[in-house]
Amino acid sequence: MGQVIQMTSNNRLFGILVPIISVLLGLLVGALIMLVSGHNPIEGYTALWNGAFYDAFTIGETIRRITPLILTGLAIAFAFRTGLFNIGAEGQVIVGWLAAVWVGIAIEAPMIIHLPLAIIAGALAGGIWGFIPGILKAKLGVHEVIVTIMMNYIALFVSNEIVRSVLTEHKTTTEKIASSASLGSEWLQSITFYSRLHYGILIALFAAAVMWFVINRTTVGYELKAVGFNRHASKYAGMNVSKNIVLSMVISGVFAGLAGVMEGLGTYGTVSVISGFTNLGFDGIAVALLGANNPLGVVLAAILFGVLKEGAGEMPSAGVPTELVDIIIAIIIFFVASSYIIRWTLTRFKKEGK
Amino acid sequence: MLDILASIVPTVLFFSAPLIFTALGGVFSERSGVINIGLEGLMVIGAFVGIIFNLTFADVFGNFTPWISIIVATIVGALFSAIHAVASVSFRADQTVSGVAINMLALGVGVYLTKVWYGKGQTDMVAEPFNSTNIPILSDIPIIGPIFFEGIYITSYVAIIVAFIAWFVLYKTAFGLRLRAVGEHPMAADTNGINVYKMRYIAVLISGALGGLGGSVFALTIVSNFSHSTIVGQGFMSLAAVIFGKWHPLGAMGAALFFGFAQSLSVVSTGIPLLEDIPQIYLLIAPYVLTILALAGFIGRADAPRANGIPYVKGSR
Repeated sequence: MGQVIQMTSNNRLFGILVPIISVLLGLLVGALIMLVSGHNPIEGYTALWNGAFYDAFTIGETIRRITPLILTGLAIAFAFRTGLFNIGAEGQVIVGWLAAVWVGIAIEAPMIIHLPLAIIAGALAGGIWGFIPGILKAKLGVHEVIVTIMMNYIALFVSNEIVRSVLTEHKTTTEKIASSASLGSEWLQSITFYSRLHYGILIALFAAAVMWFVINRTTVGYELKAVGFNRHASKYAGMNVSKNIVLSMVISGVFAGLAGVMEGLGTYGTVSVISGFTNLGFDGIAVALLGANNPLGVVLAAILFGVLKEGAGEMPSAGVPTELVDIIIAIIIFFVASSYIIRWTLTRFKKEGK
Repeated sequence: MLDILASIVPTVLFFSAPLIFTALGGVFSERSGVINIGLEGLMVIGAFVGIIFNLTFADVFGNFTPWISIIVATIVGALFSAIHAVASVSFRADQTVSGVAINMLALGVGVYLTKVWYGKGQTDMVAEPFNSTNIPILSDIPIIGPIFFEGIYITSYVAIIVAFIAWFVLYKTAFGLRLRAVGEHPMAADTNGINVYKMRYIAVLISGALGGLGGSVFALTIVSNFSHSTIVGQGFMSLAAVIFGKWHPLGAMGAALFFGFAQSLSVVSTGIPLLEDIPQIYLLIAPYVLTILALAGFIGRADAPRANGIPYVKGSR
């Protein structure tokens, strides 16, 4: 027991251990599932590894897969810091994607204007989609979880309708964006055997740095965190709680909107009618949780989940359905979420020990 | 006019039944103070189990297969929701997070097993789905008969009956009073000798059972097979019905009927004057927009059970 107490007394170490243990347990459960369903876990995980890292092409595709996950992870983590749960990243991704491609198609301009404009359009659209639940929460006390879920579906159906009726004439996919609005990079493609890797990864990493700076080094970030810790105390201290809630949801929406931009201007260059969600937003919840809502953690968690998701594509070669990875991710979430009881128990022991 | 009603009412009931079951499940869970975002996943599990059981045992049970399938799906749904109960009641995990994980896990498990067992991502069509029937005697009543009792799925009426049972249980029994007390003020309930954890476990298991039932009814009446796209948003729509129905069983039923109506309109609106002029997109987003408006207080105030989403910690204030 003495060792355990020492471990918890070092909170930082414990904060790192929980996610690592959760991931290992998740992979272990994944291996057990493969065993039970008659597959060879070693072959399965080898295929997963190869699917993510086999050659320059797969590595390029893996980085492409990681890019939007970093941004949706940041989106959810940012809102979490203010005590808000943004389940609406999914819808914010969709509107961001739509807006960016719309600008990419409709406007003609030199790249130096066109590309930033398209990116800003996507970010703004996501921000607006975050503003609505934010203002409803701040002014009317409406729970943001429900509103953001509803906003997801509104985004899905509205986006589909706009693709079908406004951007095309009853087609399911728009034309490609102008090359002046594309994040695509011939150089990045050529060094990765023409994967769809694009410059978006730089934007994603920059966004992570921005979040770190805002949260840790600015007054705004301090207030956002304070509101997250204790709404009433923040109000008593003279902070404008409503403003901070709205701001947090807007910034969160902007990050998610940028994730949509990555897909719209980077990976696909088009926007299509979709029958279901992209799941980028929901996976972002997993990323934020595992990354403990801190920017560096989010980047690391996004890398892990990006690798798992991209590698999953190769698992059928070992006879294992790709969905195994979804199961593993769900289990990791359960372990991380439930780890609070472990943490709580251990700290309690520690207090009593004194 | 009668023709229109006779075509639209059965369709509304047809689309609403799964939503009613699942929304009632949501009412039980949330009334006890446990948010259940996992309704979608519970429906997925229900649909999966219902279809697989039906495919496997159609030869054994013949005409009774769909009924036994939904019973099995109900039981498995309850078992599956135990994960949510353990995480959110005992381990005090964030209930929303746990619900999200339930959704991911259910879809992952369902599609994974489908691929392992059938070698493809989609099952065959079931041999014994529910079929629409005319209800004897009642369908002979003039006017009402053709509208309500011809070409109807019996499951639709089961759903409505279950809604009234749920209302009775929640509002007319000691059990229901305890369950609601736990969701409003768990500490006061605890002081009065109610086992908060036990009540919440039971409520979540009921929500799993009804979610599984709703999913299997959806699968066996509307789609007849299972794939990753069998349940797409019906669970979240049921959650919307819970809130739009103000956490009341009959309200949730009404909301589910209304959402079923909106869904059916996007199918049968052509041919109905006035309605056929409304672009489909408005009908598609109506349930979600209305839920937001209801929450915002524009359509009466919708207040959640006071302790909804807050894990109960014995002895803390």
